[in-house]
Amino acid sequence: MTDGWFAGLEPGDTEAAAASIREGTAEEPADWPALAVQAGFAEDEASYYRLLRAATVAAASAAATERERADDRQLVHAVRVMDDCREAANGLAERVAEWGGSRDADAGAGLDYARELADSEPSDPVDRRVASLARRVVDLDEERERLRRFVERTAPEVAPNLTAMAGPVLAARLIALAGGLAALAKKPSGTVQVLGAEDALFAHLRGSAPSPKHGIIYTHEYVRGTAREQRGSAARALAGKLAIAARVDHYSGERKPELETELDARIGRIREREGGT
Amino acid sequence: MTLPEGVERRSFEGRERLATSGPPAYGEPVVDGWRLWDAGRSKLGAMLDGGFDTGLRGGETVLYLGAAAGTTVSHVADFAGPTYAVEFAARPMRDLLSVARDRENLFPLLTDARRPETYAHVVEPVDVVIQDVATRGQARVALENRRFLGTDGRLIAAIKARSEDATRDPAPVFEDAVAELETGYEVLETGRLEPSHADHLGVVARPEDGTF
Ligand SMILES: C[S@@+](CC[C@H](N)C(=O)[O-])C[C@H]1O[C@@H](n2cnc3c(N)ncnc32)[C@H](O)[C@@H]1O
Repeated sequence: MTDGWFAGLEPGDTEAAAASIREGTAEEPADWPALAVQAGFAEDEASYYRLLRAATVAAASAAATERERADDRQLVHAVRVMDDCREAANGLAERVAEWGGSRDADAGAGLDYARELADSEPSDPVDRRVASLARRVVDLDEERERLRRFVERTAPEVAPNLTAMAGPVLAARLIALAGGLAALAKKPSGTVQVLGAEDALFAHLRGSAPSPKHGIIYTHEYVRGTAREQRGSAARALAGKLAIAARVDHYSGERKPELETELDARIGRIREREGGT
Repeated sequence: MTLPEGVERRSFEGRERLATSGPPAYGEPVVDGWRLWDAGRSKLGAMLDGGFDTGLRGGETVLYLGAAAGTTVSHVADFAGPTYAVEFAARPMRDLLSVARDRENLFPLLTDARRPETYAHVVEPVDVVIQDVATRGQARVALENRRFLGTDGRLIAAIKARSEDATRDPAPVFEDAVAELETGYEVLETGRLEPSHADHLGVVARPEDGTF
């Protein structure tokens, strides 16, 4: 017959017990509580269940953390490639427009023009090359869109609180810029505030520029949509809450909607100030 | 139909609702230590509320498949004995873990209910399998987990039609699922869970003797 999860374990060794819960297998269940008592692993049923609970909680918690860690790396790849696809599509769309413009005075510009050309089936060999290039551009743009949907699905699982506050794409970019959720969770809010503004920050450190007030979080409505004089305060407030959200997501993973409520109130007060000045 | 011991109808804002007694788990209303068990948020709650003869008496050993964040299983652990809760998504497991921290008889397992060999070394034979996995192949999951039930055991399952086939009419989807279940179970009762849960079928069954 097969062994229960407790076979060969010391009763106090929760770590080994968790490993055995996660890695063990059996074809059929058995009266494990009675067998464990018989084997001397537990004194009685009550103490068996206490040990079982400690072991299952530790195992599920470790497995969940591992799973999420793996997911945050997928999210980082996805958002980076998403941005690369956008850049490549825009760059190539420009080439398409230049080339197309040399053939047709009415040629349009940008992705819309590429989309238009992609649907055409010219017979001229040069126009065929331009149309084919336009199709690559459209493909890249569609891939970017699929990646965005993937990011939107994955970000709330990897970082529910950060995503609720920042939106899935900004949340994913912050995680990517920091090099992972664990790394982001360890950053002070001042660093979160200027993530993505590294060039400006180094210029400032060299003494050739003022210190940057915000990095990528500038794309957030709470910074962009706040009057210029209050933007620094808004960026500080937002970065502070995002840093906390990243920590909650990394260390506990529990949803804390009150973080958003607090941020909303704080931004409300900051924007009121601007009315007063 | 009688409710299991530990489940009562209590008055919440003037309405009689199901409730169990235990530590609060997810922000549900509590009156005199009794936690509201909202049938609109729980298929098992809807089955008990709707008068299904689940055979539950209270104190049973339970294997719960598809525990998600632990809404329903928190109530089950209040009235049942040892309760094993299987969930395979990492995110809801976080909430399930905080529910388990307050309940000594709740054992969370992050694994796949389609692969009982990954938890049969932990789960003992149980009195009841409760299933709410909302995934394709729900009858298969119930059949795979039959090994945990003795001849007097009960399967209480909620089958979600859309998980099997989002384009087909629910009625034939349910027929197929019940027919498949009947290859290993004797189906005792079925009923739609409308209006609280659209396109869900509640099923109570017991293992067919003789087979296996
Ligand atoms: C409808 S929800 C369950 C809600 C829960 N029973 C309640 O009432 O609180 C379905 C859950 O089943 C889980 N699930 C789906 N397929 C599964 C499988 N093969 N093994 C384990 N869990 C699964 C999903 O991750 C999801 O959390």
